[in-house]
Amino acid sequence: MDLDRQSELNALRPDLLRFARLQLRDAGAAEDAVQETMLAALTGSHRFESRSSYKTWLISILRNKIIDTIRSRSREVSASSLADDEAGDDLLNDTLFDRRGHWTDAAAPGRWADPEASFEQQQFWKVFEACLDHLPAKTARVFMMREFLGFETEEICKEAGISTSNCWVVLHRARLGLRSCLETNWFAGAET
Amino acid sequence: MLSCREATELMSQEQDRPLGLAERLGLRLHMLICSACSNYRRQMRVLRAACRRFGGGDTP
Repeated sequence: MDLDRQSELNALRPDLLRFARLQLRDAGAAEDAVQETMLAALTGSHRFESRSSYKTWLISILRNKIIDTIRSRSREVSASSLADDEAGDDLLNDTLFDRRGHWTDAAAPGRWADPEASFEQQQFWKVFEACLDHLPAKTARVFMMREFLGFETEEICKEAGISTSNCWVVLHRARLGLRSCLETNWFAGAET
Repeated sequence: MLSCREATELMSQEQDRPLGLAERLGLRLHMLICSACSNYRRQMRVLRAACRRFGGGDTP
């Protein structure tokens, strides 16, 4: 059983590493977080009915390690570094909206066919991950703190050293970008 | 009347804070006349659901 556990763990390692890298955007820190997760997992004695429940458990440990890492970095996402992402913001807004603030024809959101069915497909998650990776680094980090790690916006502001309204702008920018990317690369093609 | 740009800002913020009465009404009015933004609003919920699954390790 222990041997199985070990091999399952090794098989899931790439998934864990991708998850950590996406959020920390630092290969060394991601490696450390995964290493600590694997150590914690090996000393734990939970039993699991399936590989997917084991993976869910591992991810929950890893998520806590990632939160620890983010908290221990002081003002990792500084206000000035977020400004680097803002040049792209104007560009994004100009492509999506016209001068009166209406959607341009090309950018107007269409209908998405059956998102739940997409969630069951591995290929969808590859696209999802690629779209996250495509967001400007700091924007993505704030977004993932909010959506994957469950930080409240107040806490994100504090960790990132930005104002609340700035935080909303960054989250909005992330959602605009992610939505467009998913529509272009997945839902538009999936429509019949 | 809200522009689509302003409406999308509010639709993002409603994921993070409760909107005020005037904001909710403005958004509701805008939804009546704008199908693109109605799609956008549904898709904000899809994004959140996708993030829940991805962040929870619950993906195939």
